[in-house]
Amino acid sequence: MIHKFKINGYNIVLDVNSGGVHIVDNLTYDLLENVEPPFSEKCPETVLKKLSKLYNTDDIKECYDEIVSLYNDKILFSEDDYEKFAKSSVSSPVKAMCLIISQDCNMRCKYCFASTGDYGQGRKLMSVETGKKALDFLIEKSEDRKFLEVDFFGGEPMLNFEAVKAIVEYGRKREKEANKVFRFTITTNGLMMNDEQLEFINREMKNVVLSIDGRKEVHDYMRPLPNGKGTYDRIVENFKRFAKARGDKEYYVRGTYTKNNLDFSNDIMHLYELGFDQISVEPVMADPKEPYAITEGDLAKIFREYEILAAKITDILDSGKFINFFHFMIDLDQGPCAIKRLRGCGSGNEYICIAPDGDIYPCHQFVGIEKYHMGNIFDGTFDLDIKNEFASAHVYSKPECRKCWAKFYCSGGCNANNYIYAGDIHNAHKLSCQIQKKRLECAIMMRALRMLEKAE
Amino acid sequence: MKHIKTINKANLKASAAKGGCGKCQASCQSACKTSCTVANQKCEREA
Ligand code: SF4
Ligand code: SF4
Repeated sequence: MIHKFKINGYNIVLDVNSGGVHIVDNLTYDLLENVEPPFSEKCPETVLKKLSKLYNTDDIKECYDEIVSLYNDKILFSEDDYEKFAKSSVSSPVKAMCLIISQDCNMRCKYCFASTGDYGQGRKLMSVETGKKALDFLIEKSEDRKFLEVDFFGGEPMLNFEAVKAIVEYGRKREKEANKVFRFTITTNGLMMNDEQLEFINREMKNVVLSIDGRKEVHDYMRPLPNGKGTYDRIVENFKRFAKARGDKEYYVRGTYTKNNLDFSNDIMHLYELGFDQISVEPVMADPKEPYAITEGDLAKIFREYEILAAKITDILDSGKFINFFHFMIDLDQGPCAIKRLRGCGSGNEYICIAPDGDIYPCHQFVGIEKYHMGNIFDGTFDLDIKNEFASAHVYSKPECRKCWAKFYCSGGCNANNYIYAGDIHNAHKLSCQIQKKRLECAIMMRALRMLEKAE
Repeated sequence: MKHIKTINKANLKASAAKGGCGKCQASCQSACKTSCTVANQKCEREA
């Protein structure tokens, strides 16, 4: 399978199964419309005749030979022989955990998937005892995995900061005894961050995710306080203070775009101008009935916007400065192995989420969905059938993904979005797919051009 | 080649043969929390 596309004046051909990326001229692009394996020794007459209106016959023949040669080298139209690896996709040790440390929030973001923080289950904080028990559970289920990721999530985790501290402290003690390393992370909206909290976060958290949507009016409209007032001014001040203290350690700013800001490249540039250079901004996922929901009709605009964003980021990089947009990050040589790419996010298998009362779910987006309630850390229940169902939800068990060119980059999409918006964890959520594919095209194009420049 | 420039090593298949050690980061976790893009992750396999 190959996938070819044109962006910002470049023709790119991806050989899906080998991961080969080729930049081609217009002739190759058009010729690839007309030929595919099995290849005859010479370019078929019908094809020659058809393309000779646009191109010189000798050139067409030469180009045909190049295509066949790459085919013989197995980097064009290479075969899909990954299914055997997919079958080995079995239940794995648990290595990552999300703790819903606070099922309560001090903002009222209109698009919150957790129903303004409480996951539709009432406002609750996780006790220190539950958090400790969760870490013990993770250590037990992690088998031989050494590095264990634990994310403090909400709601707003800072509303239960004393528990965060106590749980981290407990983890530091337990990791030595159990010969593990905890990598703690936290996601915060930035409303509460005093110096002491800041110092603790900087010391203990491997990564910090700061939520901000971009321009003031965009951010304030979607992310107000319970009284309706905007939060931008307060959090920007806190985030700047944070960034300064954070130095070289990892953190991201992360935002969401909606129907209200389809010109989101401006928001990303705004975040960059505020001084943040590690940025993740994603489309809102929402019931199509919501006024801010992204719908099919918005796609053309969104696709264009990613191209604009790609150009803006390229300009910044060309000027010798740094910016990293999370969804354009791609490594065409040394990315994750194909096995990882088949399996995707690992929700429900390598990754689980613990709600404040100790209930276990496949990931933070499944909290409160009874069908996928996997058990509870206090009574020792842990539904291995659900775990197996997620373990085997890889790209070859998802009908649309199997035949999708993006499968080794997207890895089968988000199981939660699939379930919530397409009815089954195996059903690709079409709207997400289309956006995902466009982002990937931009990412591949940008990376390929950079590699070409270096090589020349 | 005149018409086609191959950009990378195209080594996805080789990565399958010795991959799957499971040491790398879980994807969605601690990054954006709403989507899975595995392609941007690092391989953490020890040589
Ligand atoms: S979720 Fe969509 S974009 Fe991703 S691999 Fe499946 S079909 Fe392709
Ligand atoms: S199912 Fe979706 S939200 Fe959950 S961990 Fe996977 S990618 Fe993230």
